[in-house]
Amino acid sequence: MLRHFAGVGPDRGNPERSERAMQSRFRPAFKIALLLTVTLLLMGAGDESARFNELGHRMMCACGCNQILLECNHVGCSYSDRMRAELMTAVDRGDSDDLTLQGFVQKYGPTVLAAPTKAGFNRVAWIMPYAALILGIGLVSFIVRAWRNRPLLRPADAPVPVHGAELEHFREQAQKETEV
Amino acid sequence: MSQIGSFALLLALALSGYCFLAGLMALVRDGPGSARLAETARRAGIATFAVVFLAAVVLVVAAFQNDFSIAYIFHHSNRDLPAPYKFATLWSGQEGSLLFWSLLLAAYGLVLRLRYKTDTRLFAYASVIIAAVQIFFLLLLNFAAHPFAVMQGSLPADGNGLNPLLQYPEMVIHPPMLYLGYVGFTVPFAFALAALIMRYPGEKWIHITRRWTMVTWGFLTCGVFLGAHWAYSVLGWGGYWGWDPVENASLMPWLTGTAFLHSVMMQEKRGMLKTWNMWLIFSTFMLSIFGTFLTRSGVVSSVHAFAQSSIGDWFVGFLALIFATCVYFYVKNRSHLRSEHKLESLVSRESSFLFNNLLLLVACFTVLWGTLFPVLSEWVQGTKVTVGPPFFNRVNIPVALLLLLLTAVGPLLAWRKTSVESLKRNFLWPTIGALGTGVLLVVLGIRPWNDASYFYSLMTIMLSVLVALTVISEFVRGGRVIARHTGQNLFASMVQLAHRNTRRYGGYIVHFGVIVIMIGFAGSAFNQDKEKEMGFGDKMTIGPYTLVCQSYTQDDNPNYGSEWAVMNVFKGGKQIATLNPERRFYKASQQTSTIVANRSTPLEDLYLVYEGQNQDTGRPIIKAHLNPLVMWIWVGVWIIIAGTVVAMIPNAVTVRVVAPARIHAAPVGAD
Repeated sequence: MLRHFAGVGPDRGNPERSERAMQSRFRPAFKIALLLTVTLLLMGAGDESARFNELGHRMMCACGCNQILLECNHVGCSYSDRMRAELMTAVDRGDSDDLTLQGFVQKYGPTVLAAPTKAGFNRVAWIMPYAALILGIGLVSFIVRAWRNRPLLRPADAPVPVHGAELEHFREQAQKETEV
Repeated sequence: MSQIGSFALLLALALSGYCFLAGLMALVRDGPGSARLAETARRAGIATFAVVFLAAVVLVVAAFQNDFSIAYIFHHSNRDLPAPYKFATLWSGQEGSLLFWSLLLAAYGLVLRLRYKTDTRLFAYASVIIAAVQIFFLLLLNFAAHPFAVMQGSLPADGNGLNPLLQYPEMVIHPPMLYLGYVGFTVPFAFALAALIMRYPGEKWIHITRRWTMVTWGFLTCGVFLGAHWAYSVLGWGGYWGWDPVENASLMPWLTGTAFLHSVMMQEKRGMLKTWNMWLIFSTFMLSIFGTFLTRSGVVSSVHAFAQSSIGDWFVGFLALIFATCVYFYVKNRSHLRSEHKLESLVSRESSFLFNNLLLLVACFTVLWGTLFPVLSEWVQGTKVTVGPPFFNRVNIPVALLLLLLTAVGPLLAWRKTSVESLKRNFLWPTIGALGTGVLLVVLGIRPWNDASYFYSLMTIMLSVLVALTVISEFVRGGRVIARHTGQNLFASMVQLAHRNTRRYGGYIVHFGVIVIMIGFAGSAFNQDKEKEMGFGDKMTIGPYTLVCQSYTQDDNPNYGSEWAVMNVFKGGKQIATLNPERRFYKASQQTSTIVANRSTPLEDLYLVYEGQNQDTGRPIIKAHLNPLVMWIWVGVWIIIAGTVVAMIPNAVTVRVVAPARIHAAPVGAD
């Protein structure tokens, strides 16, 4: 396989076929990368054993300090202690996550949730970044393909000798382009 | 005093106006007198700096003289404020910080106008554009947010004092660094727009712009991380980044600026992405202005935004004007930005830059989207929602991991096309090293399948190892070649190698700094915290540490009263430190603030916060955080600064050996 990649296999001497073969070899790698990306994106926190901690980090303190409930260290905060106690009660009672969060939303308003819900218009908040990523990947792939398919310049029938400033210019360009 | 300041601001506006108009006329009318007109415009630009500097000095002197007849000084200073913070009064409030912004812009303009001989015409265009931006800020200062507005009625005996959160040594340097970054992006923007307007031939402007962008990017990086360190040390919630709108405002131009620093290489080397680069630098500047708008308009709620005011409308108008100008000149001169080359292979340096830019821009879009979604939500459904850390972490961490992967792969791909042999040669050992690290960490007890945060941490560390090994291998490989030829030792050879191509190896050092920071971030998955009311001799255990409350006491000085606890820290039965978490009550502003006690080691930070006092028992409530690897974040920033400095050093001159001319021998027997 590596011999084939290196251009010493059957495609040797045919750059287009070799390039296509290289592409097909890399395709599975891209698929794996895509799968890994999707897996990464879909992974979420789900440690049920630390529900209090997890739920407490999914809510904001309602005092207006703009801090996560369990991180609010606002001196003399009249909300965080009470809210933590209410959360503890809900967890002890065995309320589900949704029920607990819903109870807080009803009491303190929708801004108590630290992130948008995944319902209604709020779903757009979650979709857009991924949509932008997918759209961007599509766009970059399109650009790459378009650039690669640009027609190559036909070589001149006979090499034209260059001298002086022009030669120096080509030397500089070659140095610039080959410098890693 | 206020009259001198007011006059200076008006004069600065007049000088900027002249610099703009005369400079513009000199560029448009290419007549005999235009050179002299351009010179007067340049000098007016230089004089603008002197006059804005005078206004800033007046404000600082007023703070030191406790001149509470000036409303700004009354609101942001008081008699007992320590001297360094009186100096910091300049940027502590809305009006003063706008004056500071204007001062920095004038200073950048000064440097640019003094270096005009580099390319007289390009610099003249850039000078006019900077003058236009300067006019906007001076209009704001003169007519919307006047720092020398005087108090009405009888003079107050003392001022309201500086916000306690700002009374911390880093606040004396964090805002200037951040502003140097924000304001600095005006210069590359001015050069880019100037090059577009004048259809500048060649790539010289991009060299100039890149250098300015690097300086600015370095300042912004320092500013962002100083802010993070300040939040960690002062806010006392145990973290350093809260995805607050103001933090996000500084991150967005940083992301696009980073994208530009990468993609600009494609323009320099291959003449590609010209339009893209132009818009990247336009966007970076507009995001800097947008960040200022977010901070000052009150459009989003934030921990440390300035007061809500009407200047938001000014910024919206200014942004619209900038955007319209950029679009107009782009449409007019876009033919000048045609690409010179084509992409030859998907596995090449060029495509890695494209994906790098894509990921950086997606990250930027996500931050922008999350920051503005509450406003959008209120507009669409009538109710505001919160977009906080859970959203940003969940969306941005995967993008950051992909970027880290590209950081490892990208620099080792060749321009145009990379062979499989080269990929194998460059990545085999780093990949084995990264996988080995992953296995080792699992053996040591990290269970990525238990929690997403553990998984992300493990991936971050593995990818960081991959980047580190590729960077090290690049240095070693190049160093060995030089060592073979020169007989120097490997380290000296690597230094020489870096000096030969400072930008490339400086960039590698920056990448190394980034991974050190990422390792610091990875530690946050293993944070622990505990809270306890602690009387004399009470104990609390967190991780390997046992904290014993030795005493708690109070103190008082003219600026603030304080309460603190004396906590002895034991590890393995042996006392290793004494920490004093403190809470202060600032008298002038009637506000409280925490002073965190932090014992930082390479492995973990033991971070103690004085939460308050139990009113019934009078005993302090102490919250202890154990934050692994945080120190590496700050170490990483130093490495990034070092890398940026290296990248800005000119390359060592390479001696080019010229091949002797070929001598054509006369054919034997020709005659």
